[in-house]
Amino acid sequence: MKLKLVALAFAAAFSLSAQAQTEIQWWHSMDGALNDWVSDLAKDFNASQKDYKVVPTYKGEYDQSLAAGIAAYRAGNAPDILQVFEVGTATMMYSKGAIKPVAEVMKEAGAKFDPSVYIPAVAGYYTAPNGQMLSLPFNSSTTVFYYNKDAFKAAGLDPEKAPTTWPEVVSIAAKLKVSGNQCPFTTSWMTWAQLESFSTWHNTSYATKNNGFGGLDARLEFNSPLHVRHFENLGNMSKQGLFVYKGRAGKAISSFTSGECAMFVGSSGSYATITRDAKFKFAESTLPYYPDVPGAPQNTIIGGASLWVFSGKPAAHYKGAAAFFNYLSDPKVQSASHMRTGYLPITTAAFKLTEESGFYKKNPGTDVAVNQMIRKTTEKSRGVRLGNFPQIRVIMDEETEQIWAGKKTAKQALDDGVKRGNELLVKFQSANK
Amino acid sequence: MEKRVLFRSSWLPWVLLAPQLLIVGVFFFWPAGQALLQSLQQQDAFGTSVTWVGLDNFRALWADDTYMASFKTTLVFSVLVTVLGLSIALLLAVFADRITKGATFYKTVLILPYAVAPVVTGLLWSLMFSSSIGIVSYWLKRIGIQWNHLLNGDHAMALIVMASVWKQISYNFLFFLAGLTSIPKSLIEAAAIDGARPWRRFWTIQLPLLSPTAFFLLVINMVYAFFDTFAIIDATTQGGPGKDTATLVYRVYFDGFRGMDFGSSAAQSVVLMVMVIALTVIQFKFIEKKVNYS
Repeated sequence: MKLKLVALAFAAAFSLSAQAQTEIQWWHSMDGALNDWVSDLAKDFNASQKDYKVVPTYKGEYDQSLAAGIAAYRAGNAPDILQVFEVGTATMMYSKGAIKPVAEVMKEAGAKFDPSVYIPAVAGYYTAPNGQMLSLPFNSSTTVFYYNKDAFKAAGLDPEKAPTTWPEVVSIAAKLKVSGNQCPFTTSWMTWAQLESFSTWHNTSYATKNNGFGGLDARLEFNSPLHVRHFENLGNMSKQGLFVYKGRAGKAISSFTSGECAMFVGSSGSYATITRDAKFKFAESTLPYYPDVPGAPQNTIIGGASLWVFSGKPAAHYKGAAAFFNYLSDPKVQSASHMRTGYLPITTAAFKLTEESGFYKKNPGTDVAVNQMIRKTTEKSRGVRLGNFPQIRVIMDEETEQIWAGKKTAKQALDDGVKRGNELLVKFQSANK
Repeated sequence: MEKRVLFRSSWLPWVLLAPQLLIVGVFFFWPAGQALLQSLQQQDAFGTSVTWVGLDNFRALWADDTYMASFKTTLVFSVLVTVLGLSIALLLAVFADRITKGATFYKTVLILPYAVAPVVTGLLWSLMFSSSIGIVSYWLKRIGIQWNHLLNGDHAMALIVMASVWKQISYNFLFFLAGLTSIPKSLIEAAAIDGARPWRRFWTIQLPLLSPTAFFLLVINMVYAFFDTFAIIDATTQGGPGKDTATLVYRVYFDGFRGMDFGSSAAQSVVLMVMVIALTVIQFKFIEKKVNYS
């Protein structure tokens, strides 16, 4: 009996190795329509060759899949590829030996890989100080401005003219309010849109050491007079009912698609969702700025995620990952993804390809995000790379809520946020020495 | 009189105890020991670098004003959940005990919420009270109450208390109902013959006889409010506005599983563990004396 079992086990093992297809585990956070997109990518790649099979698995929202990936690594069974959102970048980057830089994976597999084809603001985010690209940019979005054209018309405003500056936003919001609109303006992603993107858009420093790119000893400094001025402005709008707070993260989007709020700052990746859900005419436009600030508008900051490769896997897995990344880096694949999802085209070639296809002409406004991003970045606008970043975002949600509730002034809230955030940065620095 | 059973063999009692000890050991003492160890360490998210930091994690907690505020939040939340959960369930159980027609239907409906997952509970309640699409907030607006749990801390607290109580009522109800049905009818009939009205019968006969059940539920509900409510909070308020609804256990969950700060998270769970042990000891020492077991 025992012998038989052993024989069976051997037979099973041999028949498996005879097939010799290496499975590449890929954990991601794309749900709904985006889950279909990810599955299609894997399916197309698997059909294009015989040696590797990419298996995508949905592991919950970004922070959950990151936690799942880390827990799996600690338990010794990490996936080959993990999709990590942009604020988790520092966590992944400073993990000693847990990850294998994508540049290295590509080089060892002999795949050609040129980081310079990527849009600078995207590539910069995922590149180490020594110039090595650590993860593969996958889905990138940025913050843009949406407005309800029908609501503009109803208030006697020109629906073809989007406000481009904050003073214009205030005066339009006031007119909307007079016409009976209960929620003239709202924003999702308070920290990402109104602090991070706001900073780079105005070419103003968010944290020292080039927003954290220069090292672990970076400290927050988003309590500058310009930041305080912006949040005082938003606070006043909130008091007058011109800005209505609709919750943390991406929750506010339903207030825009339902028609309740007329102007909205959100992710460019939401374009497809808004097109599907909104029962009114809307348009996408660039983020507002303060015209008297020198250097504004610069470029906005990216959101979204990149693909990381874990260390300690067999060589065949790295070859497979490299082949898959090669497939994903094809401008045709990227352009198709961009048009399908609303995420950024990532490379200049994909952008050109999309432009030539006439997509932007047919869908006006979809190039706003790209145009905000394809500029040459400065030291202050390259991005933000900080440890414990997910927690810092929550701290700023908490602190800014005190402004809208009237419990703190803008200055107090930003000062307290800087202080609490810096405590986390000190902690991250000492944990990752 | 205590009952004692004496075993002749020295190993048999251990063997009989082994399954229980194993389960308690693996699922309680081992993780608790891990938490104690980790609370003295600082490690990066991947566990690749671990430094011993002594009591630094605890010191950081005491220095954090928002952590101190969380004690008050937790106290308010737990007392509200326990008191409301117990009293509403008792009221419903007393009613359910009296009705004769459709009792099964009534009971089934009351038990249903227990089958709903905490996250779903949280979502349901936050949808009903959502300021733009919520049906309840719409009704409240019509009677002149501007409901906004996104910015009003009291509203947010009320929301998580309602959701948590709603979920726990079923459990309490089941135990109270079982307790009530086990009270001999003859006692109540005798009292009725003596001229005691329903309220008096409840107060002098049923309630004292229910005290073991009530005491058990008090401990269970306290532990529920302390430990099992983070999913509801995560789905409704996420600890906001500010940190107004961030209870101690929510912070343990958030700092550990969202923030990956395992040292601080472990230190917080040690604090929580000590608190709940102390609370349970107090409950057994002082309140149990008033409980009538017989």
